[in-house]
Amino acid sequence: MANLIDIKGVTHAYKTDNGPLPVLDDLNISVPEGDFCAVVGPSGCGKSTLTKLVAGLMKPDQGEVWLHGEKVTSPRSTVGMAFQNPVMLEWRTILQNVLLPLEIVPNKMTKKQKEERGRELLALVGLEGFEDKRPSELSGGMRQRASLCRAIVHKPDVLIMDEPFGALDAFTREDLWQTMHALRAEEPFTGVLITHDLRESVYLADEVIVLSGRPATTQHVENVKLDGRTDLEVIYTPEATEILHRLRHQIEIAQGRATDGEAA
Amino acid sequence: MKTFRKIATPTIAILIFLAFWEFIVWVNQWPNYKMASPSDLIPAYTKYWNLFLIYGWQTLWRTVVGLLVAVVFGTLIGMIMGFSRTMRDALYPLLVGFNAIPKATVVPVIALILIGQHDLNTVLIAFMISFFPISVAVSIGLSTLEPEYRDILRSLGASKWTIFWKIALPKTLPEFFGALKVAVTLAFIGTNLMEIVEPHGKGLGHLFDSGKINADYPLMFAVLIALAFLGILLYYIVVALEKIFAGWAERPQG
Repeated sequence: MANLIDIKGVTHAYKTDNGPLPVLDDLNISVPEGDFCAVVGPSGCGKSTLTKLVAGLMKPDQGEVWLHGEKVTSPRSTVGMAFQNPVMLEWRTILQNVLLPLEIVPNKMTKKQKEERGRELLALVGLEGFEDKRPSELSGGMRQRASLCRAIVHKPDVLIMDEPFGALDAFTREDLWQTMHALRAEEPFTGVLITHDLRESVYLADEVIVLSGRPATTQHVENVKLDGRTDLEVIYTPEATEILHRLRHQIEIAQGRATDGEAA
Repeated sequence: MKTFRKIATPTIAILIFLAFWEFIVWVNQWPNYKMASPSDLIPAYTKYWNLFLIYGWQTLWRTVVGLLVAVVFGTLIGMIMGFSRTMRDALYPLLVGFNAIPKATVVPVIALILIGQHDLNTVLIAFMISFFPISVAVSIGLSTLEPEYRDILRSLGASKWTIFWKIALPKTLPEFFGALKVAVTLAFIGTNLMEIVEPHGKGLGHLFDSGKINADYPLMFAVLIALAFLGILLYYIVVALEKIFAGWAERPQG
């Protein structure tokens, strides 16, 4: 299968008062169509910069980002985004919030079709009955669910998530992981999940990419094969534990606290 | 029941205030040239009711027009300052300086520049005194927009105009209405400054002046109360507009 996302030799630096601050250094990532890819790495290593580059919100200094065989030079409507802070437009109902992308991305849907699509998605993430509520009436977890619906309502090829569950409590987070699997079963998208929760990356992703410390480059790629299981118990199987262990070790290398070959 | 309470509570408060005022004047046995009491005002209103209507209308429309100009101009300046850091740095000291100038000193200057154009002058002062809070509120509202809001729309390829129309504008409305409530009372002060400092025979300021000249003290107090009434009226119109356009910002109590 062709790669949907191809990040080729991307190098990027931010301009600061103290000279350029390199964040990405010759980064290469490929994600096949339909795959779910998690990106982990030490904090401040340029993970969020990566999302902006894929979304076309920023241009890399060097290297190229390709989506669907096309070079990304500006934002494109085939991308959906979800952030750690699930910003909702407080003056709109939940359903109107979810339908926001359809007001911007050109489409041939009628008003009724749009509403049906929004209601379907909300039901899929367990928000049936909350369509006409205001965002201020929802909990953090519910807002994040709605924000996921908004990110995929226009059927994007790519869903980019920047630590979407980072601000949630542990149990809500686990609920949302399962919601994520439910969405993947229904909606065909290629996912990029930026996270610093290793268990989250192993549970949700087909491959986990470990970035090195700043400036970030691809340090390790871990293929996760858990027999397609999506129940939470899978995290506690020996296979998953082994992967987690390897990832943990890679993170320590990225943090500069261990060297390759040394026991973690 | 809820609407009844909403109207009854402030009405009772006003009645208690009037009773207290009457009581203070009565206890101290003040003559009405020192302090008129509410009961002194009733004859003033019944005697001059047609003048109150004519002059009150002149004050009201000139204030409202000044306020509308302030809304348009203030929002525009606020937008410029909210979207551009450079413009914000450039305009803030100018605006603060301009706002710090006592408008009572500007009145004669304006009256001299635009001599004879009484309506225009009055509207101008009402506008000048009231646009500042609107500019500041709009600029703060726009410049504190969380970047995620912009990124959500930008990543879909939305234009700057769409981002402004769909997000920045509605997001700023609560701040805008907060400032408009302050601007309403300021605009009345502006109108009356022109009417009293540069008398030209128009508005409640003129009626106040003629009360002063004729030593009709109850009339002077009656004018002040009429101004307060107009202020309250306009304020609640703004509150009603706020409910319609920014009611979402009000969180349920408790």
